[in-house]
Amino acid sequence: MIRVELPHHLRTLAKSGREVTVQVEGPVTQRALLDALEASYPVLRGTVRDTVTHERRALVRFFGCGQDLSHELPDAPLPEAIAAGNEPFFIVGALAGG
Amino acid sequence: MSGVRVLVGTRKGAFILTSDERREQWDVSGPHFAGWEIYHLKGSPVNPDRIYASQSSGWFGQIIQRSDDGGETWETAGNEFHYEGDPGTHQWYDGTQHPWEFTRVWHLEPSLSDPDTVYAGVEDAALFRSTDGGQNWHEFPGLRAAKGHLWQPGAGGMCLHTILLDPDNKDRIFVAISAAGTFRTDDGGQSWLPVNRGLSIENELPDSDADVGHCVHNIAMHPSRPNTLFMQKHWDVMRSDDAGDLWTEVSGNLPSDFGFPIAVHAHEPETIYVVPIKSDSEHYPPEGKLRVYRSRSGGNEWEALTNGLPQENCYVNVLRDAMSIDRLESCGIYFGTTGGQVYASADSGDTWAPIVRDLPAVTSVEVQTLA
Repeated sequence: MIRVELPHHLRTLAKSGREVTVQVEGPVTQRALLDALEASYPVLRGTVRDTVTHERRALVRFFGCGQDLSHELPDAPLPEAIAAGNEPFFIVGALAGG
Repeated sequence: MSGVRVLVGTRKGAFILTSDERREQWDVSGPHFAGWEIYHLKGSPVNPDRIYASQSSGWFGQIIQRSDDGGETWETAGNEFHYEGDPGTHQWYDGTQHPWEFTRVWHLEPSLSDPDTVYAGVEDAALFRSTDGGQNWHEFPGLRAAKGHLWQPGAGGMCLHTILLDPDNKDRIFVAISAAGTFRTDDGGQSWLPVNRGLSIENELPDSDADVGHCVHNIAMHPSRPNTLFMQKHWDVMRSDDAGDLWTEVSGNLPSDFGFPIAVHAHEPETIYVVPIKSDSEHYPPEGKLRVYRSRSGGNEWEALTNGLPQENCYVNVLRDAMSIDRLESCGIYFGTTGGQVYASADSGDTWAPIVRDLPAVTSVEVQTLA
């Protein structure tokens, strides 16, 4: 199972704890992970990425294994530690403001 | 026992204020959706326990919430707002053309006859409707055909912020858009006509006869006279007695005719209310005095209502959707400020008192009159 950490507001929407787990069939990519997350939690559709283009929302960031994965290609494999469930995939609200 | 439920949207959540018909003691619940911007909440006139709310965030986008128990519990509805076909472009601040992009829902207007039907005014300006309780949304693209390529954003964005449903004619709807103007459909939303003749003043538009480009802040109607509309424009308070075909100015003796909301008394169709704001450069009341102005003659002659409102050192604003009226025998008026106060008057505006004082900045106030 893939571990995903959600930011506060998305936990509220999903009625979940800080961490949720999702099952991904096949290669563990950002797109596959988010597809699985939205399938398990339909309320999150449109909150992390656009519902049509599937582009990441401008003020959402993806972190994992000490790296900023936000700008990785959606079909690139995620780090093995995330794919193996040893490390979580963090969905983060970007620092923005004054 | 009758009473009222005041639905308050703020920059950091929603609040629900309830009272009996005396409107002296208030219960406050909230924040609902804490930390999210709540642009608008409104209840169905058919089933007051059905309430829709627009919840949004610059980080996580648009959510629509729905309650079937008067706001005690909520469930998420559909949040996909897709423009019909290729929406093309509209005018941008610099005069170039800019793609139409959905940002948020500014206003939700439940149907007058069906609790599952609700209209949504969105940014970038368009009108959507759901007939299944907010699950699925479909645009009226004919509105954008009314010279949408010439519309441009106001300072707050290119938002469709006002929706008025004609109680006598289900095919007639009025909408207002900043900074495009007022539009009317007479065929249930298929086709739309700009209805802005008479609005221009010097320094707002170079072409005083322009169909579109007018910065309308809010419009209101009394349900007994759906052909009479009142408007708070960027500058000027206006009225039309022919369903928007022609507007005339009724600013009269107001200390400033800039402002945002406008409302009509529940039982007196010629009694209207505005909150003058000093200017578009200074979004606060003239002289630091928070005054609601009432006209009992449909405009031109205005009286200041000050009893219970701060008359010194007050520098808040009152946004366009932040004033509402109840329909009790002694009509109540309510408004919220960017300073977080919600003021209420249970006597048509003669006296005022705050219901709450320290909420986040108030974006919207809607009142439900409960049997």
